[in-house]
Amino acid sequence: MTENQAERLSDATTGTDTTERGSTSDPYAPSRETTEGPVYTVTGGDWDEVMSEVAGDEKIIMNLGPQHPSTHGVLRLVVELEGETVTDLRSVVGYLHTGIEKNVEFRTWTQGVTFVTRMDYLSPLFNEAAYCMGVERLLGIDIPERAQVIRVLLMEINRIGSHLVAIATGGMELGALTGMTAGFREREEVLHLLEYLTGLRMNHAFIRPGGVAQDVPEDAIEKILDFCKVMDKRLPEYDRLLTGQPIWQNRLKGIGYLPVDACLALGVTGPVLRSAGLPWDLRKTDPYLGYETYDFEVPTYTDADSYARYLIRIEEMHQSLRIIRQAADRLKKPGPVMVEDKKIAWPAQLSIGSDGMGNSLEHVRKIMGQSMESLIHHFKLVTEGFRVPPGQVYATVESPRGELGYHMVSDGGTRPLRVHVREPSFVNLQAMPAMTEGGMVADVIAAVASLDPVMGGCDR
Amino acid sequence: MTDKPESDATPPPQQPTDAAATTDPEPGAAGSSADRPGAGLEPRGAEPARAIVAGRERRGMFGVQGSGDTSGYGGLRLPAYTPPASERPYGGWFDAFADEFLAALADAGIDPSVILQTTVDRGEITFYVQREAIVDVCRVLRDDEGLRFELCSSVSGVDYGVDVPQRLHVAYHLTSMTYRRRIRLEVALDVDDPHVPSIVEVYPTADWQEREAYDMFGIVFDGHPALTRILMPDDWDGFPQRKDYPLGGIPVEYKGAEIPPPDQRRAYS
Repeated sequence: MTENQAERLSDATTGTDTTERGSTSDPYAPSRETTEGPVYTVTGGDWDEVMSEVAGDEKIIMNLGPQHPSTHGVLRLVVELEGETVTDLRSVVGYLHTGIEKNVEFRTWTQGVTFVTRMDYLSPLFNEAAYCMGVERLLGIDIPERAQVIRVLLMEINRIGSHLVAIATGGMELGALTGMTAGFREREEVLHLLEYLTGLRMNHAFIRPGGVAQDVPEDAIEKILDFCKVMDKRLPEYDRLLTGQPIWQNRLKGIGYLPVDACLALGVTGPVLRSAGLPWDLRKTDPYLGYETYDFEVPTYTDADSYARYLIRIEEMHQSLRIIRQAADRLKKPGPVMVEDKKIAWPAQLSIGSDGMGNSLEHVRKIMGQSMESLIHHFKLVTEGFRVPPGQVYATVESPRGELGYHMVSDGGTRPLRVHVREPSFVNLQAMPAMTEGGMVADVIAAVASLDPVMGGCDR
Repeated sequence: MTDKPESDATPPPQQPTDAAATTDPEPGAAGSSADRPGAGLEPRGAEPARAIVAGRERRGMFGVQGSGDTSGYGGLRLPAYTPPASERPYGGWFDAFADEFLAALADAGIDPSVILQTTVDRGEITFYVQREAIVDVCRVLRDDEGLRFELCSSVSGVDYGVDVPQRLHVAYHLTSMTYRRRIRLEVALDVDDPHVPSIVEVYPTADWQEREAYDMFGIVFDGHPALTRILMPDDWDGFPQRKDYPLGGIPVEYKGAEIPPPDQRRAYS
């Protein structure tokens, strides 16, 4: 009796019919007795019939992200699905908001560089350069030619790194894991070179208002040319690995379509706009830092799809290598890398001492032993900073993601009154509904990857 | 380009042109010009000429208060910065552009007085626009063949500080890809009435950027399709980038000394 109860208890808790009859029959499959024992007939249905019975008019709302490897960072996509078709898509951003624009208002103009370099973590040098160009235009100063060359050089190296990550993460999101490992391997070369030139792999704070923090190392040109040689060998491998690959093409061709008029209405710039056929590149249309003197092409396609954007990124890396070679050639000419004005330029160059990198010994000797005025000047410049005449500017550069603009306002103080960043990631993400609605849910991922948003920049 | 602005402060009245042309009424009688004022003649409320203030008053020479400055410069007062209105010629392409712009405004039936001030500074041209007219001005700039500002690069809010009249500004950066020009439109707002018409209907890209300006400054863009917070959480109180909103932070101890949070450190600004 007690055993029977126990059996029933297990039936009740597990929902299994453990009686003699139950263990030999199946309510979902008709059976017939044969000499071999019961034989069950299990049938399926047509998937469309099953779906039409189950789905009806019902829509499924699905959240992609914010924590999901396929959403390119902490981006959340709220997708309304009918079957596998996207009927509605909204992007939700703000998960990586760090208040950098507010923080910069409480730091000196020079300290601001260390903040803006942390926004778009894949293109820190573009942020630094655009910020510094804004400060310089507010100050009304021109920077030395060598500083311009170094900035161009660093930005183009950085562009290669950023495009490599775009292809690597895009590949990972679509399942092309070899593309990911290859992309990150080459990016490592980029980071090694940037570390050699600026001292840091990321968050360089190397470009400063008035020039750059210090000159590049003596054998920089050799290292840069070595890097170019390595990239010359490695970049064609992407063509062999991905460009002609049928799976890659099938996943990207015709996906994330965004023609020129939609790009302009939605403010989309960068490779996405150029993939639609408009050769709009600020390096050509609104040259800065002497870009008009470099020889390079702006690749465009007219397909306006994810595949064209991939091809443009590959081609832009080749063009960046061209610019890097020309810039490396110009590095042979020595010169100052900071403005002469001692009210703006940092008083000491950095040098390596016995205890690491710091202010050069001659400078320390001067301010501590010889010149009280130099000490005061150093102290005032570092703690108080320099004053910037009141006014406002809008400085732009062509970042790997499009037009990166800095709207900077000064009220005449030692701190910015307002720094607003026109982030291409933020603006471009508005195009997500236009690129994905009506398509398949799997293509949403390909579309995000082709926009290549960086959420650190988007949310700031 | 030719459509009439709906929200123009002084819409040109419909004139019975053929009736007025055929019979001349007595001066001052019914149907005379006193009855139907033409454009520019209608009575207008006295609008105080308010200078655009972009900065706060400063005191002292070194930006430090309460430190016992004995130099005698502590009593120095510097007035707030006001961006000066520029006189013709502006230089460069600005003159040709300004002519084209004013002509296009006239074509569209927009009173040129909606441009409150024109400032050329550091190679950039800024038009301070009456806020009611911003949408119509943007539409003219986008659609007119001689202007063609296809791209709205950026919309950003600026807060010039607590004591500044009309402290909230909205800056629109427009780009003409055809002519490779950039201009800035700016609207100044009272903090008690931070409303400005939304330009999303003209430039859809302004959608998120206006949401950001609302999120950070509390500037309300009337007519925006969904004006909600975008970067801060939905239930956040206050507008973080206003100057009277504290930065926050906690003091940090380092090697026995206490470092105050950034907004409480000595400021020289």
